Amino acid sequence: MQLENFLLMRHELVLTLIALLVLVFEIFTDDARKERVISFTVVLFALATAIGFLPQGEGKLFGDMFQVTHLQTFMKNVLNVGVLIILLQSAAWLRKEDNREKISEYFILMLTTLIGMNFMISSGDFLMFYLGLEMATIPIAALAAYERQQLRSAEAGIKLILSSALSSGIMLFGLSMIYGMSGSIYFSDVQAALTNNSLTTLAIIFFFAGMGFKISLVPFHLWTADVYEGAPVNVTSYLSVVSKGAAAFIFAIILFTVFNKLVALWENLVYALAVATMTIGNLFAVRQKNMKRFLAFSSIAQAGFILLGVINAGALGMTTIVYFVLIYAFTNLAAFGVVSAIATATGKENMSDYNGLYHTNPKLSLVLMLALFSLAGIPPVAGFFGKFFLFMAAAEKAYYWLVAIAVINTTISLYYYLLPIKAIFIDKTDTPIATFKSDSYMRASLVICVLGIFVVGLMSFIYEYISELTTAFGL
Amino acid sequence: MNILSLFVIIPTLTVLGILFTKGFKQTRLVAAIGMSIQIILTVALIYLFFQERAANPLAEMVLMKDTVWFESLNIRYTVGVDGIAVAMIALTSIIIFTGVFTSWEVNFLYKEFFISLIILATGVFGFFISLDLFTMFVFYEVAVIPMYLLIGIWGSGKKEYSAMKLTLMLMGGSALLLVGLLGIYFNSNADGGELTMNILEISKVNIPIDAQRFFFPFVFVGFGVLGALFPFHTWSPDGHASAPTAVSMLHAGVLMKLGGYGAFRVAIFLLPEAAVQLSGIFIVLTSISVVYGAFGAIMQKDLKYINAYSSVSHCGLILFGLLMLNETAMNGAIIQMISHGIMTALFFALIGMIYGRTHTRMIDEMGGLMKIVPFLSVAYVIGGLASLGLPGLSGFVAEMTIFVGAFQHPDLFHRIATIIAASSIVITAVYILRVVGILLLGPIKNKEFESLSDARWFERLSITTLIISIAAIGIAPFWLAEMIGFSLEPIVARLAAFM
Repeated sequence: MQLENFLLMRHELVLTLIALLVLVFEIFTDDARKERVISFTVVLFALATAIGFLPQGEGKLFGDMFQVTHLQTFMKNVLNVGVLIILLQSAAWLRKEDNREKISEYFILMLTTLIGMNFMISSGDFLMFYLGLEMATIPIAALAAYERQQLRSAEAGIKLILSSALSSGIMLFGLSMIYGMSGSIYFSDVQAALTNNSLTTLAIIFFFAGMGFKISLVPFHLWTADVYEGAPVNVTSYLSVVSKGAAAFIFAIILFTVFNKLVALWENLVYALAVATMTIGNLFAVRQKNMKRFLAFSSIAQAGFILLGVINAGALGMTTIVYFVLIYAFTNLAAFGVVSAIATATGKENMSDYNGLYHTNPKLSLVLMLALFSLAGIPPVAGFFGKFFLFMAAAEKAYYWLVAIAVINTTISLYYYLLPIKAIFIDKTDTPIATFKSDSYMRASLVICVLGIFVVGLMSFIYEYISELTTAFGL
Repeated sequence: MNILSLFVIIPTLTVLGILFTKGFKQTRLVAAIGMSIQIILTVALIYLFFQERAANPLAEMVLMKDTVWFESLNIRYTVGVDGIAVAMIALTSIIIFTGVFTSWEVNFLYKEFFISLIILATGVFGFFISLDLFTMFVFYEVAVIPMYLLIGIWGSGKKEYSAMKLTLMLMGGSALLLVGLLGIYFNSNADGGELTMNILEISKVNIPIDAQRFFFPFVFVGFGVLGALFPFHTWSPDGHASAPTAVSMLHAGVLMKLGGYGAFRVAIFLLPEAAVQLSGIFIVLTSISVVYGAFGAIMQKDLKYINAYSSVSHCGLILFGLLMLNETAMNGAIIQMISHGIMTALFFALIGMIYGRTHTRMIDEMGGLMKIVPFLSVAYVIGGLASLGLPGLSGFVAEMTIFVGAFQHPDLFHRIATIIAASSIVITAVYILRVVGILLLGPIKNKEFESLSDARWFERLSITTLIISIAAIGIAPFWLAEMIGFSLEPIVARLAAFM
């Protein structure tokens, strides 16, 4: 193996390097100045994100266990951008007294999971896929339990680890069946060997169960709301954007390439899961009063919309999934950023606490409004374009009734997305959240999100770029 | 720079300008300047339109401009107008211009108010200039969403309920529409061409009849919700009653016409065969809209509700006329869009002004206003007369043409529907004259009202602009009818093939 082959693993190597540097840097920082780790890591990670966008080759490593294409590189970049925003949003929260002693742990755990996700996306066989998946899951449980002094955070951690262990066990069972039938764990061999029989059906259902857990599809979503509510806000946003996005990417890649001959088998599953996920996620979101739970259920519903791209099983589907996740990252992180800023400054997380927010914190209110409009799919913000193209992907395969169900769900979702807007702009209260100024990291992250929300939608070149990558990927 | 794009750019610049203003007076001044530029642009557009049309009399659309947006999906930003679009743009600029002056004294969160109002108008302008279904849909939704904030924050009465109801119902409509548009898009290569969102290109394609029958209800009902099609009209009375004056004007005056315009430009034009086959069902629904709205207006005591129900009735008549699918009736329907747009804007403006003085909208609490505020009262009478179809004013021309067109169908079903719909003229007269009698004439009921002042300069400006427009259409309808009729020909020719 030559040196330049290693450069194909650039994303993973750079992240590993940063994780190690953070560890070393922490050792040489005296306790009084622990906060320096924050700026150190953020700057390094911003560099890593920039490096990620440098042109990179395509190829396979380790006897096809690891593969890199331009599309996969772009997916990793999307995740990097999401993590960068989350790191910026975490700064103020990490400086709090309770968290100061474990700042570097936060970063290392998060970077480790990101490495896992990158391996997962680049996997060329089911072993690498499974390793990446586990690496991306277990440290998150530690992150969810990060505020261990608080009961609900510890509870979130244990819930996450238990349910993820169960779901990955089920998935492993499914993968073992696939191995049993095809005699190989390599994607290309499996693709060639699989035929449509009842054992395959069972294997694919088990595979869906495992992925459904990661993407939090109904009926594998039950952990979501509790974990999202218990975990610290920034971990919640990480779970709901980066972790979910990575899982959606690899889910689509495997379905579209490895299982592409079995479309007839899994499209019905996707159809059923899409309808259930959108509808149930929406109906539960309507009743939430806590902003984190609210965003948790809304993110379940959004995952249901992603399945409309999955059911396309072709180039348009892949393009719209990647495009939607990119938009969703900016949008959801904008919403979580505002929730995080308010929670860090005041400790308030309920929707009724937001009453009259516009009169005290107009800028935060406007960011939240844009984010919610984008989640609801209102033009001219990006969420509209993301959703429209997903619907288009489903309509291309003539799933018009599915699109009809999805658009009705969009209307329902608009109802609950308007509720915080109503609280902020219309409802009155005697005790609004006092005017406060968030730190420059948070403001930078929100500026990035708002720019993303406008640019990614209105400027078509990003969509066109993804579309080219998908075509080159061979779909 | 294409003049049509300016119709979107100028309001956008106005919004940006408002962001940088300091103080209430500057804000409203910037808004007024921006919308005055729109009026000037409209005049320029009408001039250019006639010039272009004289140059190539066979072109379906003129002043076209085509820019690629999402290349791989063949989605484009295509603009272009025919006579109907020009008329609608003129209507919009008149109403937003007068709307700004009607809101001259809204000083609570004034920046946000004018920004939302102008964003709403931007969406409407964009909708009327678009020839690409995607672009059109984007602008349509842009127009709908500021309504929530406008009604929720600056509205009155049970505003939160009304705002939510209106937003959800309209977005529900646009959800149906989205399915229909995707259906049209993915069938636009039925003749072997490329998938396209361009209306003119799709209109040359023969979409398979099964697909047409499936998607026509989606598109027609989707737009019909906005056009107050029975039974999807229930957002309209609540929404209009709770909205602040300028928003009611814009909403009843223009936004509801967007529904009619879309139903005709997209549903009927692009899916003509299904339109011919399915028009019967929708004629029944629109006939109900027309009569039900008029009866609803009789029962109401709140001025805004009366006018809101009357809008349901009149907008039902627009869809009714369009569904007759012949040139005369469609011509009338489009004149009705313009005529009712201006008329209803006038009503809502007057109601807002009266309410601003008396602080009540209940007709039985007021009386004898003619003696106190003669300018407003006379304007109200003129609007009322136009609404009940007095010859010489715009309403007469529109309704007359619709019913003449409708009677050209010889079969019993159309005859009965026409007779039922035409009976609304009588009912309209009842509720209009009742309001005029109680509200304006008769004794002064409340002594405190005697000290009320008549219209101020900005109010007179907006009222006068609207009245002149009504009278202009009523006295000289031929130039408007000619402009519309010419543009209707390709559509009617396409429909005739399936009759």
